[in-house]
Amino acid sequence: MAFLSTLFSQIINGLQSGSIYALVALGYSMVYGIIMLLNFAHGDIIMVGAYVVWLSMTSFGLHPLFSILLAVAVSTLLGVVIEKVAYAPLRSSPRLSLLITAIGISFLLENGFQLIFGAGAKVVPTLISGPTFQIGGASISTPALVTLGVTVVIMIGLTLLVQKTRLGRAMRAVSEDMGAAQLMGVNINTTISFTFALGSALAAVASALYLSSYAQASPTMGSMLGLKAFVAAVLGGIGSLPGAMLGGLVIGLAEALVSAAGLSVWKDGVVFAILIVVLLVRPSGLLGKPMKEKV
Amino acid sequence: MNRTRENTIPMPVRYLINTVLISLLVFGSTAFVNGGGVSGYITKVLMVIGINIILAVSLNVATGYLGQLPLGHAGFMAVGAYTGGIFLKAVNADQATGISYALMVIAALLLSGLLAAVFGVIIGIPALRLRGDYLAIITLGFGEIIRVVLTNIDEVLGFKLTYGASGLKRIPKITSYFNVLVCVVLTCLVIHMVMKSRHGRAILAIRENEIAAESCGVRTTYYKVMAFTLSAFFAGVAGCLYAGYLGSLQPTTFGFMKSIEILVMVVLGGMGSMFGSVLSAITLTALPEALRAFEDYRMVAYSLVLVLVMIFKPTGLMGQYDFSMSRILERFVGFTRRFGKKEG
Repeated sequence: MAFLSTLFSQIINGLQSGSIYALVALGYSMVYGIIMLLNFAHGDIIMVGAYVVWLSMTSFGLHPLFSILLAVAVSTLLGVVIEKVAYAPLRSSPRLSLLITAIGISFLLENGFQLIFGAGAKVVPTLISGPTFQIGGASISTPALVTLGVTVVIMIGLTLLVQKTRLGRAMRAVSEDMGAAQLMGVNINTTISFTFALGSALAAVASALYLSSYAQASPTMGSMLGLKAFVAAVLGGIGSLPGAMLGGLVIGLAEALVSAAGLSVWKDGVVFAILIVVLLVRPSGLLGKPMKEKV
Repeated sequence: MNRTRENTIPMPVRYLINTVLISLLVFGSTAFVNGGGVSGYITKVLMVIGINIILAVSLNVATGYLGQLPLGHAGFMAVGAYTGGIFLKAVNADQATGISYALMVIAALLLSGLLAAVFGVIIGIPALRLRGDYLAIITLGFGEIIRVVLTNIDEVLGFKLTYGASGLKRIPKITSYFNVLVCVVLTCLVIHMVMKSRHGRAILAIRENEIAAESCGVRTTYYKVMAFTLSAFFAGVAGCLYAGYLGSLQPTTFGFMKSIEILVMVVLGGMGSMFGSVLSAITLTALPEALRAFEDYRMVAYSLVLVLVMIFKPTGLMGQYDFSMSRILERFVGFTRRFGKKEG
């Protein structure tokens, strides 16, 4: 019984971190689907969001809800600005240059924030407080419940947005074939900007959810989180939204179960091993569409 | 442009000129450095520059010439560094002298390179089935796994081999300015020769168009794995030099960021240009050192330079240009001849 309740708690933990990975993975996946760029700066948007929450709560004494909204606004703006300044001029150049630019932006954000705020971690005040629920010996904290709830709501909202609205249709069209979409009168620039805005907003939400259970912001927090989320996106099939959600949950659960087995130092290794196995068996990811090569 | 037959220098003469110039460079600068021409600090920076040149030039084989994007180069470097480190410790290289010392150093370098090359084959065969970004991701995964394994292998198997997270310490410091320089020259030479051969042309053909190359009878898988292994071999050699330079190793050094650092050198210099890789390895190692006075701002400046270069010169600083001494001499010869004709 004790074993079962530990397992259950670990599964809840896994789902919680998995939902955060999933939210971040969506940003990677959407951007990759639309301009074929591995946006390495995406992880650092999470970090920027976390710093906005920290700054607005400690220095300006904002209510947690408003500081989260502010973080979402700042991150969204930042995502769009990065796209306009750094990625848009390179749209017709080799893809590797674009990738290096993304890496450069990621370095710039990390080092810039380190310069301004110092390298140490900042403790963020409690964002979500509430009782811890006991279910048959296993405990579920309020932040975990909120994380799961918010993620489910966002996933449903995003699916509706992409499937039912005009902008969502434009996004799908551009990711299918950019040239053809342009000929059909889709405004490419607006669509790409919108995708970046959406991805960055999701990253900021993920950042707030992350802070609600880990409560620390540091300049490099985004890199490993971003890398794992990116693995999640690839695992699920990059460019596919349900795939990103599934990938995030798989990674989160795998990490939690490895930790539950007492092997937490091998956590990162297991995540990447799963990735390699999946890529070798199904190179397009769990839910991705196989790509055909044409001459 | 003006390469008429009378203006070309015959091959043996070219080899002679290059050999003379390179040996002048190696022995002259070693004598200068060892004779106390520069401070100990500068010598150290020069050694790091040399190691970085080997890393950048070797990654350039996989990225610039083969046209793939591996993100796990630091993994191969780690394999080489740990192999070299463990070997040098085991044979007590610091107590040897003369010929046996030289043999130990050469053995350590070769062994590191070979083991890294074996890993290159093991990782290359599955990874190269995938294309483009997937290859990048899978090599990233392998690189991270190598790091995690190096951190934890001692605990699991009960060895005293890598000493886990606390690091491998007291490695004999075998790296000197001279042997780094010799390794740099040999790396550039071997890679240059491979690339000028039939194998090199096959590798370039795969970069230009894989399907076309395959239909012309190029064994794509074979050549891809070959280029990948070549790249891994020299990364291993660089790793061994790094171990012998630093004297202690930690698994965290060889993370994802190290791979990115090397990739940045290659792309900034211009993919497919060995000269570009060398030049940017020198610049990107020397620049942060020169900016040490502005400690806080240097990483910000570094990343800004990176983004700006990519926006304004997306093919890298050198593009695909490669330096050739003979070409310069030929220009010179052609110029003087034409000049002579006008006079006469």
